[in-house]
Amino acid sequence: MRYAMAIDTKKCVGCSDCVVACQTENNVPIGFCRDWVTETVDGTYPNVTIELRSERCNHCDNAPCVRCCPTGASHFEDGGIVLVTHEKCIGCGACIESCPYEARYSHPDGYVDKCTFCIHRVRKGEDPACVSVCPTHCMYFGDLDDPNSEIVNVLKNRKFKSLAPEAGTSPQIFYLV
Amino acid sequence: MKTRRDFIKISALGLGATAAIGGTAKWVFGDPVADFLGDTGDEPAPLKRFPTYCEVCFWKCAGWAHVNEKGSIQKITGNNDDPQCNGRLCPRGTGGVGMFTDPDRLKKPLMRVIKDGKQTYREASWEEALGFVASKMKDIKAKYGPESMALFFHGSSGNHFSHLMKAYGTPNLAAPSFAQCRGPRDVGFDMTFGESVSSPEVTDIRDTKCLVLIGSHIGENMHNGQVQEMSAAIDNGAVIITVDPRFSTAASKSKFWLPIKPSTDLALLLSWIHVLIYDELYNKEYVTQYCEGFAELKEHVKNFTPEWAYPITTIKPDLIRSAAREMANAAPSAIVHPGRHAAWYGDDVQRTRAIAILNALLGSWGNRGGIFFKEGIKLPEFPHPAYPTPAWSWHELNDGKYPLANEAVTNSVVESSIPADGKEAKIKGWFISGTNLIASIPMKEKLVKAMDSLELMVVVDTMPMEITGYADVVFPECTYLERYDDIRATAHREPTLALRMPAVEPQYDSKPAWWIAKQIGERLGLGDYFNYNDYSEVLDWQLKQVGSSLEEMKRIGVKKGTRKTSPYIEPGTVHAFNTESGKIQLYSHELADAGFDAMPVYTPHPGPDEGFYRLIYGRAPMHTFSRTANNPNLVALMPENSVWVNPQVAAIWGFKKNQYVWLKNQDGAVSRFPVKVRLTERIRWDSVYIVHGFGHHHKPLHLAYGRGVNDTELITNIMTDPIMGGTGMRGNFVTFITEDPGKEAEA
Repeated sequence: MRYAMAIDTKKCVGCSDCVVACQTENNVPIGFCRDWVTETVDGTYPNVTIELRSERCNHCDNAPCVRCCPTGASHFEDGGIVLVTHEKCIGCGACIESCPYEARYSHPDGYVDKCTFCIHRVRKGEDPACVSVCPTHCMYFGDLDDPNSEIVNVLKNRKFKSLAPEAGTSPQIFYLV
Repeated sequence: MKTRRDFIKISALGLGATAAIGGTAKWVFGDPVADFLGDTGDEPAPLKRFPTYCEVCFWKCAGWAHVNEKGSIQKITGNNDDPQCNGRLCPRGTGGVGMFTDPDRLKKPLMRVIKDGKQTYREASWEEALGFVASKMKDIKAKYGPESMALFFHGSSGNHFSHLMKAYGTPNLAAPSFAQCRGPRDVGFDMTFGESVSSPEVTDIRDTKCLVLIGSHIGENMHNGQVQEMSAAIDNGAVIITVDPRFSTAASKSKFWLPIKPSTDLALLLSWIHVLIYDELYNKEYVTQYCEGFAELKEHVKNFTPEWAYPITTIKPDLIRSAAREMANAAPSAIVHPGRHAAWYGDDVQRTRAIAILNALLGSWGNRGGIFFKEGIKLPEFPHPAYPTPAWSWHELNDGKYPLANEAVTNSVVESSIPADGKEAKIKGWFISGTNLIASIPMKEKLVKAMDSLELMVVVDTMPMEITGYADVVFPECTYLERYDDIRATAHREPTLALRMPAVEPQYDSKPAWWIAKQIGERLGLGDYFNYNDYSEVLDWQLKQVGSSLEEMKRIGVKKGTRKTSPYIEPGTVHAFNTESGKIQLYSHELADAGFDAMPVYTPHPGPDEGFYRLIYGRAPMHTFSRTANNPNLVALMPENSVWVNPQVAAIWGFKKNQYVWLKNQDGAVSRFPVKVRLTERIRWDSVYIVHGFGHHHKPLHLAYGRGVNDTELITNIMTDPIMGGTGMRGNFVTFITEDPGKEAEA
């Protein structure tokens, strides 16, 4: 089992619903976020392109945050989900520094926090909150090891990229372009 | 200057202190209610869910409010059975939690009093405030007749106060959404097809092959169902054509983007009509069957070639022709979208008429992928005595102008509240529900003058919006998550009913609109119109008439009906449109008879002087006008607006990234607060763009205060549509001020 996410940049409108849904689902304090939206504008008027991307922890196969964590708080769960055990985290911030995606933040309660792929929902067979709320249906979540899954299907049929592949972390969020 | 009705800042009352709201304040300010996301992914404590439909915008998506064990609203999710949202709320709906948790909410009834020679508010009991309003309304009725009370409204609460006002005897119920927004479009389509496109619009975007957007920025306006359907259309390979001086999000998803010179849309539309007709691309069968006035139209557009439109619009003839061909290839599964906010240049009915005519030539209305016929479930009205017949109505407030307005015109109500030529004003009292007139009607001077002349002004709101500062009485309404409202029974592709019920008790001393209306009604001796103790009785009665019940709706939230009619013209049948002849009016006798052009004519509009840029305004997906400007969840996503400036323009001014500037318009109006410059290639060099709804100057709105600029303050040139009174707002030009003009200190 290998959980991953594919996000269609051709459909995303950058509304940030994924950000609010994550916030209310996971009690992320206002002023912090586990996911966010970026807009990249290229070209000169009137020959312009925009790429909108909903970004979050890439739940990397080769996760530097897990490797550098001195207490073992950052660890892998089933399906490759990277989690932080809040009770074990001493808030040293090494993982924050090591993450090429800036996906982690220091929670006011003293631990490091980030996207969990909504593991509490996924274990019940539901999609993560961000995926389930997206009005454009631009996100696909599923198991890369299941050849019949929707995510495998879209990745087979569409061109995609991942972010900062040069970092060698083997990220598991794919952007359909 | 001292006026009868000084603007009062509610903060002066010591209400500004941040009060804890049940169990939620803790959560709002950072501490999680329960830390359920450690390493285990354990299920959080179970939440109870209650059906609701959203009130953060007019789309009214049905969903569930989830209440946690502390009795606070944890999250709001969409109802899977609701075709308006398909189980997915937009960021504002999801963030609707913040409407409930906002610590700045209105908490107690307030009454204007004079203390030490100075006007101020004091807290009052409901009993006292309601009694005061009722006795003032009685006075007004006795002295001037009930028609001299007017209601301004937006949203669900408006229904309850409309009922109250009709029972009281006034027909003067005005929604800014008519003259300031959708009115020109509704009248333009009505003149053509005999009906408007409704809300939510009856556009069949899901199944379309070609969607044309004229300045409509779907995806930035987060009209949920439409955004979802546009996304589905993209999946299905539909062609999107976007006409916009700004590279909107929709433009970035489009096969054709036409970066039009602002204010010239009508020339482009006429050239498209020309191409469809003269290149014989129009839907001949449909036009023959359903349209009247084709010969006149053909003659009318003879000279409106793409070559004619090119120097006006700056859109190359080839591009105009290619786009027209795309529409024709897709027809009748093609939509030239009617838009929504259409009050742009004062000839807006005519522009939307041109859009309607294009749809007619493509054969869209009545065909799959075009515009469908709506169907809804008709709920019978809860029994009440007949409303009294008013002696006169809002038509008379228009003073012979706007002959084709089919709803009350807010601007006329405002003007009719100002005494002139030594005569009494026709309107003497205002009741305002759910609309911040100061930010929604761009005629501040007249507004203030009118408000100063009134004998009674009542504001009902959940938040201390600017307009509350002018009221005699402010009633704190509870949010949509704490109250019953009418059943949502919108007619659309599928007939549905949706229930809104309280998920939690009203916080503070706030009350639902139905209760406030009933209390005033009873004090006016109109108790027979409010023959129930709780609004749930009304809903249960209505639901039982159509084979459901409150009990059932509490369980399911949304009930779908079965269509009895087809959403499309069935093969072999002939549809009668809702016009007098049953045919689509390409040539409008109704307009001609009223003294207007029977077919749309392009008129040039002035452009900016040197150093000035056309002010274009619009929406951001995470905000609804000023309604959400103080919502903690949504402010976190977008705390302020910025002014979009093309880098070439910025180079002339020497702007640096994220520099703050003030804006000054052609009449010398200066923005109260500075605004961040956003350097972007997404905007033309002759225009700037800002998102509407920011720049609040009422300090009790702690999060919204002083963030960004309020476009309405910079809209002083109003081009009124002579057909229906729409206030065209896009003829304003701004320049930049880089040194602090000291406006804020004056405020």
